[in-house]
Amino acid sequence: MALSFFKSPEIAPPPDIEAASLRSDRFRLEREVDWQRLEGIITALEKGRPGRISDEDLLDLPVLYRKATSSLAVARETSLDAATLDYLEALARRAWFQVYGPRITLSGWLRRFLGGGWSAAVRSIWLDICIALAVMVAGTAVGWLLVARDSEWFYALVPGGMSGGRTPGADPSALRESLAPQADAEGLSTFAAYLFSNNSGVAIMAFALGFAFGIPTLLLLVYNMAVLGAMMWVFVDAGLGYEFGAWLAVHGTTELGAILLAGAAGLHVGRTMAFPGNRAIMAAMRDAGVRAAQVMAGCTLMLVIAGLLEGYARQLVGQAEARLAIGVIMLVFWICYFALLRAPAERET
Amino acid sequence: MSRPASSHAANLKLRAYAAKRQRQLLTPEGLVLPITVASRSSRAGALLLDLIIIIVGLITFFAVLGVIGFGILGSEGLGRAVGNPVIELIQVLLVMLLFLSRYGYFLYFELGPRAATPGKRLMGIRVAARPVAGETGGRLTAEMVIARNLVRDVEVFIPAFFLLGGGQDAGVAGIAAFVWLMVFVLFPCFNKDSLRAGDLVAGTWVVEAKHAKLQSALSLAPDRRTEYRFGTAELSVYGEHELQVLEGVLRQDNPEALREVADAICRKIGWQLGAGDEREFLETFYAALRGHLESGMRFGKRKADKFA
Repeated sequence: MALSFFKSPEIAPPPDIEAASLRSDRFRLEREVDWQRLEGIITALEKGRPGRISDEDLLDLPVLYRKATSSLAVARETSLDAATLDYLEALARRAWFQVYGPRITLSGWLRRFLGGGWSAAVRSIWLDICIALAVMVAGTAVGWLLVARDSEWFYALVPGGMSGGRTPGADPSALRESLAPQADAEGLSTFAAYLFSNNSGVAIMAFALGFAFGIPTLLLLVYNMAVLGAMMWVFVDAGLGYEFGAWLAVHGTTELGAILLAGAAGLHVGRTMAFPGNRAIMAAMRDAGVRAAQVMAGCTLMLVIAGLLEGYARQLVGQAEARLAIGVIMLVFWICYFALLRAPAERET
Repeated sequence: MSRPASSHAANLKLRAYAAKRQRQLLTPEGLVLPITVASRSSRAGALLLDLIIIIVGLITFFAVLGVIGFGILGSEGLGRAVGNPVIELIQVLLVMLLFLSRYGYFLYFELGPRAATPGKRLMGIRVAARPVAGETGGRLTAEMVIARNLVRDVEVFIPAFFLLGGGQDAGVAGIAAFVWLMVFVLFPCFNKDSLRAGDLVAGTWVVEAKHAKLQSALSLAPDRRTEYRFGTAELSVYGEHELQVLEGVLRQDNPEALREVADAICRKIGWQLGAGDEREFLETFYAALRGHLESGMRFGKRKADKFA
């Protein structure tokens, strides 16, 4: 065989076919040029260089593929040449993976995804979104009520490093200070990038844990929202409820939305595992997993936007009204995007 | 040919394990393609290789960046550079790089035409769509790859950080968390397709993707049927398994092995062979035996091995 760095490797013509004493070897020698042509095309496809395939070869690809598969079927019944059978099996398998490989490019997939695929996936898991939303609201309420009853609960819920002086009974002016924007944009992009990476970790975990019937996902949602509820109580108690709400809304509508979707995606997988319906559990789980993965891919995007809003918009915009306006606009945008965008036309992908 | 008995037993065990991993995939053309599910050890090896590639890559990158930083700014210059927009941009890129190396590395490579990360490629395995019972094999889609790699987080990274952080020492809760995480880590050991949780969710599996080269045809040697004549009785002593062993010996072309095999065959069929013409004898015997077995095959008679 010629080396692969030649542009079009020459395929050695078969030696004298009539010289072969066995019928199965003559069968093989008559067809091996076609097999090697197919192998050349498949190798180019595997290397991601379809440009190297000549037009003639590309047109012949379906024929060559069928020839190789039918050669394999015949050889299995007539030939005992193990090396040739191994070669044909490996070739047919590689060709199958390429011929039935993903037909869409990454950019094509992205366009389809943003142009409706994502919205459609989100709409299809509406029930799980409702459940996750209810759980998140309940979690916030639990955090609030616990701290309202006994402020010691705050220290149990919120890790020490995270509170940063924002504890029950703290000086209201100090609390107000913590909500104020920073003087300039220095260091904000690093902060935004850090927030994105951190929040994506939480969202991905919420999804991945859904595998165990969704229960860990629910616990994670309850815990995270209880922290928020506890924090909320501290600010409302100091008479800063409106300011805190605005501070949170800037990025919170996007970020909590992403966590809601991630939790719902995890729950969807877990719920399908527990109740697969009329289908085989494996088939049901695969469909649920694929749907949930689309939702999750979008969550990452939402978290990028949330990180930017949190890192820049919140730190640069000071007035509570402006902050609230940004948050509400984002919320309306997401709801419209998910509710109104039509699913793209069904295509084989 | 004369291997110690223990190595022979290990070999048999390996072969039995390989046979256990054989699956059949029905293509839309109606052809049954044999597929071998990747062994757990090769998958663990692939993961280890990928992690080593990521870690070594990151360390090299940071080291180079640090050297460049020192070269440009000097040691006290670095302290003053905080807040410099270029430095800030680099910091952003570094955070994104860490994120991408955790999630993007596997996604990028498994979405490529080979559907395998460098580690998987080195181990000769790839990701494929797993056919559900009663269906033909389907396409591997981008969503499947995304799903299986998101679940990787709880299977690989969180347990690794947990162990590195000494989480298992934290009393009862630590032990509970350890057991919980181990359920994910050990999941592939408890199902026959060695699926990990991510494979189960995404509808994928990892299969062997070996390449085979087309070997030369063996019956092209000059016809010596007039010199060596084998009767039906002599050809009936062996079956397909012995034929394949003989094929392997001929392709390896090791003089010692050729001698031993030729002696064994001659003892069996009661021939006397002169020294030096083992290869000729074996080639002719191989062609004759294969012709004999293949003509039986055409009439629907197969002989698996010498005991059949």
